Parts: sequence; C-alpha cells; structure tokens
Amino acid sequence: MKKNKKTFPRQSWTFDKYTNSEIRRAAATGIYDIRGGGSKRRLPHFDDLLFLGASISRYPLEGYREKCLTNVTLGTRYAKKPLELEIPITVAGMSFGALSGSAKEALGRGASIAGTSTTTGDGGMTPEERGQSKHLVYQLLPSRYGMNPNDLRKADAIEVVIGQGAKPGGGGMLLGQKISDRVAEMRTLPKGVDQRSACRHPDWTGPDDLKIKILELREITKWKVPIFVKIAGSRPYYDTALAIKAGADVVVLDGMQGGTAATQEVFIENVGQPTLGCIRPAVDALQDLDMHRKVQLIISGGIRNGADVAKALALGADAVSIGSAAMIAIGDNDPKWEKDYNKLGTTAGAYDDWHEGSDPAGISTQDPKLMKRLDPIKAGKKLSNYLKVMTLEAQTLARACGKNNLHNLEPEDLCALTVEAAAMARVPLAGTSWIPGINNK
Amino acid sequence: MKLDLKKLKLRKVNETLQSIDSKRNNKNYTILNPEGNHAICVGLTDDIDITVKGHVGYYCGGMNQNANITVEGNVGTGVAENMMSGKIHVKGNASQSAGATAHGGFLIIDGDASSRCGISMKGIDIVVKGSVGHMSAFMAQSGNLIVCGNAGEALGDSLYETDIYIKGKVKSLGSDCVEKKMDNKHLKKLEKLLKKAKLEKIKPKDFKRYGSARKLYNFKIDNVSSY
Repeated sequence: MKKNKKTFPRQSWTFDKYTNSEIRRAAATGIYDIRGGGSKRRLPHFDDLLFLGASISRYPLEGYREKCLTNVTLGTRYAKKPLELEIPITVAGMSFGALSGSAKEALGRGASIAGTSTTTGDGGMTPEERGQSKHLVYQLLPSRYGMNPNDLRKADAIEVVIGQGAKPGGGGMLLGQKISDRVAEMRTLPKGVDQRSACRHPDWTGPDDLKIKILELREITKWKVPIFVKIAGSRPYYDTALAIKAGADVVVLDGMQGGTAATQEVFIENVGQPTLGCIRPAVDALQDLDMHRKVQLIISGGIRNGADVAKALALGADAVSIGSAAMIAIGDNDPKWEKDYNKLGTTAGAYDDWHEGSDPAGISTQDPKLMKRLDPIKAGKKLSNYLKVMTLEAQTLARACGKNNLHNLEPEDLCALTVEAAAMARVPLAGTSWIPGINNK
Repeated sequence: MKLDLKKLKLRKVNETLQSIDSKRNNKNYTILNPEGNHAICVGLTDDIDITVKGHVGYYCGGMNQNANITVEGNVGTGVAENMMSGKIHVKGNASQSAGATAHGGFLIIDGDASSRCGISMKGIDIVVKGSVGHMSAFMAQSGNLIVCGNAGEALGDSLYETDIYIKGKVKSLGSDCVEKKMDNKHLKKLEKLLKKAKLEKIKPKDFKRYGSARKLYNFKIDNVSSY
C-alpha cells in the first residue's frame, strides 16, 4: 500500500512551546511561576503610533540649532519646592533589596548627571542612593519597610505607591535568598525569611483616607516637597481623578508593561491595561477637573527610547519614567554574561528570575561576588548617556513636528498603524481621519 | 504653652512643635480644642511633653520621635503610625491601625483599640488596657503587643517576630499564629512593660503568649491552604 505523504509538523497556536513548558514546569513543581519584569506579551504600544512630521501646513524647526526645551517642573500644585528637572524622563522606584546597593548608586549617579530624579523603593533609602541622587523621590509603600521620618525629610519628593503596572492589586515577595544582613536590618525582619510586600496600606483605605494621609505627609515635611501618587494602569480615569481629589501634586501612572522585582507570571500577564490605553483616560480626568498641567502626569511602563517619550508627551503626559530600560542601560541582561545566563537555564534578554538573587550582571542581587561585577560609576555614566540619547531623540521628533518644547507635542501630531492603537490613543488610523469610538468617518 | 486649634491653624501648631529650640522654648505644651482634627503632633523630633485636651482624628503623633504625647480623649485611625521613639498615651479609645508599622516607642491605650491594632509593627511596644479588634498584629514584625482585655478574630495573622500577650479571650488566631510557652524571660519582659504602663497590679502570669509558628516564613506549596 502506498504511504500517504506526511504534512509538515504543525505546532498548536494555543499550546505553543512556552505554554507547554509552563504546564510541565507547574506539573513538576506545584508552584506558580514567579518572575521579575513586566508583561512580555505583544501589546498595543507606542510602536503602533507614528509622528506625521511637518508639511506645507506645519513649519519644522532646525535640528541641532533651534531650541527645543525639555525641562519640566513637577509638583507645582502645593509644594513649596517643586522638583525642577532638566529632562522629562525620571527613573522609577526600584528597591534596595531587589537591587544591589551599587545598582541603586548607579541609578542615582546616572539620573543626577542627566539632570533628573531617581526613586527609592520598598526597603527604604540607602546613603549611597541619597548621596548620589541630586533629586530623590522617596516612596511610601504599603509594607513601610525602612520607612523613616529622617529619610522622609531628606527626600525631594514623596511618592505614595498605590499600585504598580505589573501587578495592580498585588503585593510583592522578596525571597529569602536575597535577604542579606543589611537588607534584613533595614526591613526589621530575620535574615533568610521571604518578605511579603503588602498589597494595601496598613493605615488607610480609599480616597478620603488618602487625602488625610497626604495631609499628614505634608505636615511632617512642612509642605515643602511634592507628593506623588503612583497608580497602576487599572482604572486610569477614576484613579487619576481620585488621586487629584486626594491632593496629589503629581500622578504617576504605570501601565502593564511596567516592571516589578517579583510577582506571579499569571498576574503580570493578565491584570491591568497596556500603557498606551491608560494615557488618554488619565488626561481626560485631569482636563475634566481643570488640572491638566497643574497636576503633572508621569507615564511609565515600557518606555524605551525618545520616540516613546515624545509619543507619551504628545498624548498629554508631562514626563515619563523608566525602570526596566534603566536596568538594561546599566547592564541588565547584557549578552556579555551569556554563559552565565545559560547556566541559569536562560539567555541574555530573557533573564527575569530577578527574585532569585543570581543575576549575572550583579544588579538584582545581594551576592557580594556578583555585585562586584557592577561598577556604579561606569554604570551611572551609561545611564546618563542613555537618558541623553532619549532626550535628543525626543527633541528630534518634536522639532520635526515644529515644536520648540517637548511639551508642545499634541495628539494632532500623531497617527496610528492599527485600529486598536487608534482607539486607545484617540488619533486617526493612518491614511484616514477615523478615530474609533470618536468618529466613524 | 497653650496652642488653641480654634485660634491657630494646624500648620502653625505642628510648626511650633516641630521647631523646638531646647535653650529657648518651653518643654510643656497643651493643645486645646483639637475637635477631631487630623495629623496633630506629627513628625515631632524633640523630647517634649504635650497634652491634647480632647478627641483627635487620624494619625495623631504620626512618625513621632522622642516626644511624649498624652491624648485626653479618643483617637482616630493610625495613632502613632510609624512612630520611631517616644511615648503616646491615649486616655480614651483608639480607632483602627493604632501603632501601625511603628518602629519603636511606647503606645498606651487606656480604652479599647479597634481592628488591626499593631498592624505591621516593627519594634514598638503597645499596651492596650481594654480589648483589640480583628486582625490585630497582622504581619507584625517586631516589638510587643500587650492586651489586658480580649482579642478579635485572626489575631497575629501572618505574624513574624512580634510577641503578643493577651489576658482575656482570643476569638481566633490568624494564619501561622500559635500560643507559645510563657517562660521566665517573657514573664520578666511583660512585668517590665506592664510597670511602664503603670499596671503593676496586673499579674504577668495571667496572660497567654502568642507568636509565629514560623511555618510560612518561606513559601512552600504544602502550606498553600494557609495563604
């Protein structure tokens, strides 16, 4: 009998190789997967938007010659000393504990050279970070690990953290292997114990309480420094409105591509909204309350280059914040450590087991040997270079749109490549005047 | 020195108490007409005595360092939240989250404290002469919680290294919280803290001690039903 010719082996789209490997991993271990970073799935993002540039009806500015301002002031609503930054790109909160002391120092150094701010994280403020950060934002997190009024008064701004884009409604977990003597002491917990970072604040619930909490923080710091409220990309319109009502000077909005030190994979990939979908609702809330540009909006979650910066600003943000990109800039997932990544069963670019403390790049670790791999001065310089490149890129695009200030970019400068992006960003689909949900032309 | 909140703004009252010149300023202050105001006496750093004549709102004595504050009334949510040192004495009852996340100092509540008393406490000693509500000492990390009355549901849930002493009944214990042996070391510590709260007549041996079973200190799938 003649044998039938076989078709090419066909893999399932639903049960792809990664999915199958996760099923096998779960079956073997009985534990859900925990990892760092943000969402890795394909999401509508800034890549789905394009700038239109100048034309007969728009007058461009000369690159490298005509000025295009980049500075931003954060906290103009109530603070006596708002944060004056040279560029609209800040460095997001990342904890000492999740990151090594030298990594935190590098972030402070890089941000300071570039004229911007960096942010503490769960676990308190380290002297290295304060010493090297010209502008340091001090986070008030639910766990209050390392929360100290002396440090609070040393801060240039305070950020009340309500949510993170990677895990709206979720807390965190710093596994015991990363709890060195110093981390344990700062967090008032025994060495080697898994440290839960709580998902909600211990002494307030809801927007009315938050207003009082902000009052307390202002009274402690004598109304000098701005109070930021950081929310996840969950319900951006209402959360932004409530943060404004509670008295925030600045709203930080983190979409689901925003990173975390450690959370369940299922949480990272299935909760929250893409950054692109969060901006316009937040700007709506600011505008409805007549607070746009009075309360500043910082957008984070997947910001990678000057184009992302310019697009976020064009949609109404006052600044952006970077976390994962800053880590990459100082050496995270660098291919030069490929052999070490391979030993951990991964590859450069995909390493995300930050919670395990074995980071070959010496960044998300407390291992003294690995930490030595990161030179905070050189790493700081890399970060400042990267921040400067992003700023130059954003300026290039703004000048092409005829804008002499990054903050003059507007939705009218953009079009979208996909229907989804057009609907989320509320800009026309390329080649049409169609904005899904706004007009049907 | 008297500071009347009917005549002065909160900012002025707190500014006065936050800017003590030890050579020039008085060390004794009385706050009149608090009328439930929030954030009274927050962020103090000096060793001064303050008496608040009446009820206060949220976060009275928040992040206190060194000051000795007496409230002659009830207190709202988060009295002594994140206190580092000093003493706060509440002569009435306390709302929820009393002593939340506090790293040090001494909090005495003459009446009852509501839910989550001592939540995430990190080194403070709390003495409640009455009872405490549900989820008290939730995720409490360090320090001592002493309750002369009863405790509500889920006492000490997900507890770390705080010692809890309860004289009355406990409605239920939270995850990983267990009754522990009261040895001489603990009896002496309790005696000292009761004396500090001027409760010498109460006998330490009438209390039961609770602490962490430490089974949830490191994530294990076998404990999943406890989470």
